[in-house]
Amino acid sequence: MKTIEEINEKIRRGDVCVVTAEEVKEMISELGPEGVVKEVDVVTTGTFGAMCSTGAVFNFGHADPPIKFKKVWLNGVEAYAGLAAVDAFLGATKPSETREFYGGSHVIEELVSGKEVELKALGYGTDCYPRKEIETSVSLEDINQAEMINPRNAYQRYRAATNSSDRLLRTYMGTLLPNYGNVTFAGTGEISPLNNDPEYRTIGIGTRIFLCGAKGYVIGEGTQHSPPFGTLMVKGNLKEMKPEFLKACYFPGYAPSIYVGIGIPIPVLDGEIAKALAVRDSEIKTTIIDFGVARRVRPVVREVSYAELKSGKVEINGEDVRVSPLSSFYVAEKIMRELKRMIERGEFLLTAPVERLKREEVFRPMKQKEIKVVKDVMVKAVTIGEDASVEDAARLLIEKNVNHLPVVDGEGVLRGIVTSWDIAKAVFRKSNRVRDIMTREVVTVYPEDPIAIAVSKLEKHDISALPVIDGKRKVLGIVTSEALSKLLGR
Amino acid sequence: MLFLLRFDSKTVREPIISRAAIETGALINILRADVGARKGELIVEVPDERAEGVLEVFRRMGVEVQEITKSIARNENCVHCGACISICPTEVFHFNGEKRIELRAERCIHCGACIKACPTMALYFPL
Repeated sequence: MKTIEEINEKIRRGDVCVVTAEEVKEMISELGPEGVVKEVDVVTTGTFGAMCSTGAVFNFGHADPPIKFKKVWLNGVEAYAGLAAVDAFLGATKPSETREFYGGSHVIEELVSGKEVELKALGYGTDCYPRKEIETSVSLEDINQAEMINPRNAYQRYRAATNSSDRLLRTYMGTLLPNYGNVTFAGTGEISPLNNDPEYRTIGIGTRIFLCGAKGYVIGEGTQHSPPFGTLMVKGNLKEMKPEFLKACYFPGYAPSIYVGIGIPIPVLDGEIAKALAVRDSEIKTTIIDFGVARRVRPVVREVSYAELKSGKVEINGEDVRVSPLSSFYVAEKIMRELKRMIERGEFLLTAPVERLKREEVFRPMKQKEIKVVKDVMVKAVTIGEDASVEDAARLLIEKNVNHLPVVDGEGVLRGIVTSWDIAKAVFRKSNRVRDIMTREVVTVYPEDPIAIAVSKLEKHDISALPVIDGKRKVLGIVTSEALSKLLGR
Repeated sequence: MLFLLRFDSKTVREPIISRAAIETGALINILRADVGARKGELIVEVPDERAEGVLEVFRRMGVEVQEITKSIARNENCVHCGACISICPTEVFHFNGEKRIELRAERCIHCGACIKACPTMALYFPL
């Protein structure tokens, strides 16, 4: 049993033993947890990934005559000015109004690299702040405070992404190729801070951390904190940050974002803490979810461990699918080593948390007016086999009084669709088999899709019905434009 | 060797690849094709030892030929995340022992898929 004060005393004396989260795994299997408590004082953990909930608060000092910002832009990126006169919060994912592939993250990166940025603001023109506009350029040296304040960083683990649809998707999880073409994942697994302190015993409010090269602090649980998907709210001085530990990025079709480097030292106070530090990627589980379904609750494709994800290939429906990380292990390791050096040189002392983070899982969805989904409006589909005759198809259309016949195989899996128009074509061309006249490229929906998605598909493809299918393409029903217009009253 | 072939409204209608293959016996691999009614662009891979003969046929038939020597490259924006790895159809990108991304540029078929997938916009085709 050690205390943080004892460890800090060793740091000041220069005889502290620090190892990285990567190194400590081996040591624990050799020496056991108690052995590691004896040998090691601090373990450094690290992560470097795109963290959208990132931004910075600035105070620019007062102009003469003074202005109260009504709106303010930095390099054409709007910052939030609903604060005191010359305070503003710039969010990393805010896109520029004038430049493509540029946003708040790029402004932050340029400032940290020592560059000047253009400040443009409009004022209200009040008795106390008469000025109505200003244009100037500023660098970090010129402004009073530039504090990075991130509502949600350092996700403990994150759901991996894939795409079952037949369309390439551009998402915040990167480019997702059609038909389960790839998998992407975020987080650094066994070296990530919160995975090495899953009970949040040493990482809590007030914990001093490495934030993009500066000394920062945990200021609370992050937004959407929901163990074991824990998150942190952090802050740190932009003026002390180093460009190599922060990088602006841009996800096409989504928004700008920013790679944030976070390192957290874990004091090895007792055997329990040491035991937690032994965690391996194979024990850190998450799920792969399907971004092909545009819903809040996306279907889980399968469970997966970080070890499988890091191996570069995972199996989906019997096939090997290639995996891309979105976090950088190379920079995460650099951060762990840099933090280790800072502690060894006596430049970084540890702090005990003043309050612990919540350990129970809570994550509420947005309160919303009831939304209707396809399941609520679909009707039973009248289907036909591929080998049926055109005459059978015509009879079915008339007897059942429908306009669309999804064509299915013996398992009920969708193969095509036949409409009354196809029958007319068959008569003209003298075809006899359904398989010869059916349309093979069928536009479909899932039962959980909101009806807004069904409507947009009908409009986009200028068609009048959509077969409703499950993940294995089995036909569950059909949704027609008549049913939808009745529901929407148009 | 990789070649970019440009077909105009006349040559786009001719079976030029087949002709070059039959005349020279070379196995020509089409890596990318964008063929329209009035023009077309192909990227083809030709075995080095047969390249001269194949080129002769292309030129004789009036196809504009350009050798592709510079494949995908990267700048200092790379953070070594690996977003490109699963996007590339020919596995140009992989991690080395230091967990840095390494390029096997000779495998590149110029599809350009990685360029838009790179979050830090570190990938490009050199001019």
